[in-house]
Amino acid sequence: MIAELGHYALTLALGLALIQATMPIVGTRTNDPMLMSLAAPVALAQFIFVAIAFGALAECYVASDFSVLNVYENSNSAMPLIYRLTSVWGNHEGSMMLWVSILAFFGALVALFGNNLPLPLKANALAVQAWIAAAFHLFILTTSNPFLRIPDAPLEGRDLNPILQDPGLAFHPPMLYLGYVGFSIAFSFAIAALIEGRIDAAWARWVRPWVLGAWMCLTLGIAGGSYWAYYELGWGGFWFWDPVENASLMPWLAGTALLHSAVVMEKRAALKVWTILLAILAFSLSLIGTFLVRSGVLTSVHAFAVDPRRGIFILAILVFFIGGALALYAWRAPLLKQGGLFAPISREGALVFNNLFLTSACATVFVGTLYPLALEALTGEKISVGPPFYNSTFGPLFVPLMLVMPFGPLLGWKRGDIVSATQRLLAAALLALVALAAAFAFEHGGPVMAPFGVGIAVFVMMGAVTDIAERTMILRIPFNAVWHRAIGMPRSVWGTAFAHFGIGATLLGIVSVTAWGSEHIAAIKPGEVIDVSHYRLTFDGTFNRPGPNYSDVVGHFTVRRASGEIIGSMEPTRRTFPARNMATTEAALMTRGVSQLYVSLGDPDASGAVPVRLYFKPNVLLIWGGAFIMFLGGGLSLSDRRLRIGAPHPAKAKTALAPAE
Amino acid sequence: MRVLYATMLAVSLLAPTVSWAVQPDEMLRDPVLEARARALSKELRCMVCQNESIDDSDAPLAHDLRVLVRERLKAGDTDQQVQDFLVARYGEFVLLRPPLSWHTVALWGLPPAALLIGGFIIVLDLRRRRRILPAAEERLSSSEEARVAELLRDNAGS
Repeated sequence: MIAELGHYALTLALGLALIQATMPIVGTRTNDPMLMSLAAPVALAQFIFVAIAFGALAECYVASDFSVLNVYENSNSAMPLIYRLTSVWGNHEGSMMLWVSILAFFGALVALFGNNLPLPLKANALAVQAWIAAAFHLFILTTSNPFLRIPDAPLEGRDLNPILQDPGLAFHPPMLYLGYVGFSIAFSFAIAALIEGRIDAAWARWVRPWVLGAWMCLTLGIAGGSYWAYYELGWGGFWFWDPVENASLMPWLAGTALLHSAVVMEKRAALKVWTILLAILAFSLSLIGTFLVRSGVLTSVHAFAVDPRRGIFILAILVFFIGGALALYAWRAPLLKQGGLFAPISREGALVFNNLFLTSACATVFVGTLYPLALEALTGEKISVGPPFYNSTFGPLFVPLMLVMPFGPLLGWKRGDIVSATQRLLAAALLALVALAAAFAFEHGGPVMAPFGVGIAVFVMMGAVTDIAERTMILRIPFNAVWHRAIGMPRSVWGTAFAHFGIGATLLGIVSVTAWGSEHIAAIKPGEVIDVSHYRLTFDGTFNRPGPNYSDVVGHFTVRRASGEIIGSMEPTRRTFPARNMATTEAALMTRGVSQLYVSLGDPDASGAVPVRLYFKPNVLLIWGGAFIMFLGGGLSLSDRRLRIGAPHPAKAKTALAPAE
Repeated sequence: MRVLYATMLAVSLLAPTVSWAVQPDEMLRDPVLEARARALSKELRCMVCQNESIDDSDAPLAHDLRVLVRERLKAGDTDQQVQDFLVARYGEFVLLRPPLSWHTVALWGLPPAALLIGGFIIVLDLRRRRRILPAAEERLSSSEEARVAELLRDNAGS
């Protein structure tokens, strides 16, 4: 009954989406405010019905209703409640339900909080949003229905894939989807602006909070996925340049570029046409990501051809939205007025530089991900594009970006003073050189380039600090005055500094781990001692421990400093899930400052020796810590007064913004 | 985003005994040779896996390849010879860094091309705008400009 209710609600949501997709557009064409105002309530209603459908599916999982095929295939009554709930999106059908739920949620938010938007813009944007929703509702109902029943309900489910039964996975996909789908708002607004054929700086102010929110979620989602892979896959890798990861990195790169170009558009009414294109690209890349992950095309072009129903459907969605959007862009963008003149060396210039390198990096990831697929489809020839490719293409593109980053916020709008900016960055550069020299002096082994990486990272971090120090005039005026300046500064200034500091921290983490991490692989017996970095680990043996739907073999290690002082114990685990006859590794982590000791366990061999992998990962937590600081930076920016109070009201906007056009 | 990847991985591991990459018994005694083997392994693809190097993969094929690489190295092959040997056997698919050839020109060429073309467009656009809007910008004297910069800094305008 619950499942049927969900199915019915989803079908109704499709109907509502179709109304929302057409009526408001008719309204804007015929200038009918009644039809235009229809968009908001219908968007709300559509969200309510999608939410009912999602809730129904979740209830089937929580109640372990194995007469529902999707629940039977992906859940098990012995699983803890939290995993029964997260199983909802641990599979194809459920994750598509999550996708449309978030899409409808964003639509509802625009409907609720978009009161200060001009009516035609709001109506068109919500209509475009509904086109996307309708396409995906139809996709779910025709090819990926999660509400299908099994005639003879089995007593027990087949369990969620064990590797997905992890707290990290409870939050990773929703965050990622919030990011992916969040860009749909920017997309819808861009299309709406193109349909209207006019755009002004206020557009950027309306869209920027959405982009910022989506970017924050995507940042955290990517970092979460990376951390999950780090501890779950058993060997401490944090980024693999896997196509599935690339699928989330591409929208992030485009979104980061969009975030920066929207600033230029908002402040200076320049880069309008480019910003619109980026808004289209960011969401297009999200769609491509969805296609790559959901169509099976990644496994191989052939696997895609064997069961092409879903793949073809998403491909059709892809072609329709991306092709349509770009065609509309080519047709209408020339109508948009360009504005804002600036010198090459200026805040705008720095942001354009940022956009050039970010989009080039994004194009690199794009070609690296799709080239092998295209080549195989066209010529049948198979090549691999792996980490070595990205290290020698993506890496070099990021170096200039990082080097220029600290200059950006220190340059003035329109025309910047490079000499004064350089002077102000002297301290940061000096610190970077000290760090570089220290890395050369104290770290051995590792690539020669690594100390330079450290230098760049420190330069970026200290550049962010410099920006704040300069603006608060710290050390130059009394502390009280500094404090007043600090709290009086626009939050977006803090946001920029945090985000830039964060990326520097992430870089420092990546360089440290890659260059100076140590590894020890061995088969050991109880009582044996292994030295890793300046720690000494004693293997005390293994014991068994039962769990709710799994059983553990736990290894026990005592960790000592080189001096012999005991600082704790580590318990890496092998977890066996009988329902699927599968096992996972649960690595043990011990945090020392921002570095970690990492131990994972293999299966004991015949002689009783246990293969273990021990790692020392220097500064590894900075990788995700940096991402979290970026997230905080986004949050600070989002709470900036000018975004918090929202965009000016339409009537005021016209007069206030007229000169900018 | 690792979901699918993880699913694949997990599906490829249907056996209850899971082992991960580089086993202790595979490793060579000679640390220099072993380091070379590890570096080489990171450039070689486990062909049955999804974009994983044989250094990272736990598939049986990856194990065989790791052993094979080490055997070749022990036999005195250079890194290049080991790679050539594997390419002769498995095709270019085995290399995670695709060699530059006529069918990978677009792949390797795109990143620098994107940068150059993008940069070119930006320069052209800046020039065009200066021609169209030369009068749009009224110049301030340098002292006025300094004063404005100071005021802006004082207001901590973002």
